[in-house]
Amino acid sequence: MRTVNPGTYFWQGNEACVEAAIIAGCSFFAGYPITPASEIAEHMAKRLPQVGGIPIQMEDEMASICAVIGASWTGNKAMTATSGPGFSLMQESIGYAFMTETPCVIVDVQRAGPSTGQATKCGQGDVMQSRWGTHGDYSAIVLSPNSVQEMFTLTVRAFNLAEKYRTPVILLTDEIIAHMREQITVPPLKSIEIINRKKPKVEERAFFGLEEVPPMPAVGEGFNIAVTGSTHNEYGIRLTADPTVHRRLVERLSNKIQNHVDEIADFESYNIDECQIGIVSYGCTSRTVYEAVKNAEKRGIKIGYVRLKTLWPFPERIIKKLAETAEKIIVPEMNLKQMFYEVERTANGLAKIIPLNKIGGGELITPEELLAKIEEAEKND
Amino acid sequence: MKKIEVRISGFGGQGVILAGQVLGKAAVYNGKNAVQTQSYGAEARGSAAKSEVIISDGKIDFPSVRKCDMLIAMSQTAVDKHLKDLKENGVLIVDSSMVKKIPETKAKFFKIQASEIAEKTFGEKLYANMIMLGALNKITKVVNENFMKKAIKDTVPKKAITVNMQAYKKGKELIE
Repeated sequence: MRTVNPGTYFWQGNEACVEAAIIAGCSFFAGYPITPASEIAEHMAKRLPQVGGIPIQMEDEMASICAVIGASWTGNKAMTATSGPGFSLMQESIGYAFMTETPCVIVDVQRAGPSTGQATKCGQGDVMQSRWGTHGDYSAIVLSPNSVQEMFTLTVRAFNLAEKYRTPVILLTDEIIAHMREQITVPPLKSIEIINRKKPKVEERAFFGLEEVPPMPAVGEGFNIAVTGSTHNEYGIRLTADPTVHRRLVERLSNKIQNHVDEIADFESYNIDECQIGIVSYGCTSRTVYEAVKNAEKRGIKIGYVRLKTLWPFPERIIKKLAETAEKIIVPEMNLKQMFYEVERTANGLAKIIPLNKIGGGELITPEELLAKIEEAEKND
Repeated sequence: MKKIEVRISGFGGQGVILAGQVLGKAAVYNGKNAVQTQSYGAEARGSAAKSEVIISDGKIDFPSVRKCDMLIAMSQTAVDKHLKDLKENGVLIVDSSMVKKIPETKAKFFKIQASEIAEKTFGEKLYANMIMLGALNKITKVVNENFMKKAIKDTVPKKAITVNMQAYKKGKELIE
């Protein structure tokens, strides 16, 4: 048995993530079980050996991310999956992965935090953590699916972006999307684009600079590789006092993502050229938006939305465009205003930004609650 | 068919999520769109659990059930908690070996001693979920029988297919 056959399935989000990872070329998984991400580890344990890959349950999340980083340096495409508490534990080594430019995929299935919070209930509270979780300056790529189908497509994309930009990529999903079952179509394998990391030529030795995204050798291929989380030059040599070397390295780590925002930023938009009221949403909350928007239109409200598939780097251009048209923008979130301020900053006074927040018990914001907010916003001119 | 919303409720360990999974899968085999979500407590067994299935010809946006057309309740807590969300002309099926006090309702209402019958007939209470599913489909014909059977086969562990199929059949027989 190899990769899954093309066709239509009724899968859980977590299952779709695993099958997509395998199609993308994932050959190593290390993780520690945690609700609501456990099904990823479970399916990986079953599926990876069938395709010649290796799944391993580590002693905790810190060890899991370290194993993933090590596997990536042996030339494997590697991933881990966790939820908030485990994601917190991983942060130190995620920083190491950014600094050493190690391609890998980290799935965070969000549940209600902080701490162990409500373990089985949905939340969207890790939005800022996914961007700023580890210390220092860096630029993270964070993707946000809103269906089982997108758990599939965005997992493939996460691996592709990780390989292309030689960086950790975070698939920031949530309990609703990860546990939900719905139809999914696996397209013919030939139609799925797979990107692999750039390998060095025999004579090349600069694996940490000179180019925006340098080539990456694998351990055992004959290159003398030095990999360190401390500041290093293009050749991996540790230089912890030289200001120029540090500037050059860390600015490049940030710029290699920020210079390509338009390519990385992915979103879905509707009626943003003519709307009076706009909505910015992502993940499970966007499912509420679809229904509320239909009902608002029935009442004659001019409404449009932007649904973010890439949370970070933040797709400023499209939000600015929405703010130029819409008088008011509602930001519904299952957290206490995490993306709200980012939208407000980007709109920069062009539109009034209105929060709609709900946490606890894994209860989604209902279309009725959102519609009430839309109507309130329309009335109070 | 416009849109049918089903809630299957009970406590952890009764297989309410598996039942929802089977129903959703059967609907998809039947050419419909379906979304199944679940909610359970932090404990492996004993805390409140529910599974929701939305079946529709069109695209399903909001994945949670607010008002349901059909409610399966397999515990007293479940019926007490969820009956208010059942539509007036909805269908209520309770496991009467678990539910002793039934609140007043205008819904079409069926009592089945699923857990007791499951234990007596198949030696395990845990087949009650398939009995309830059999009853549900006999009453509502929400999906084609053959697709339901295929969905059971494709979802439950191989060694348990036969007994699950028997339990499903038993559920149908209990409805006149």
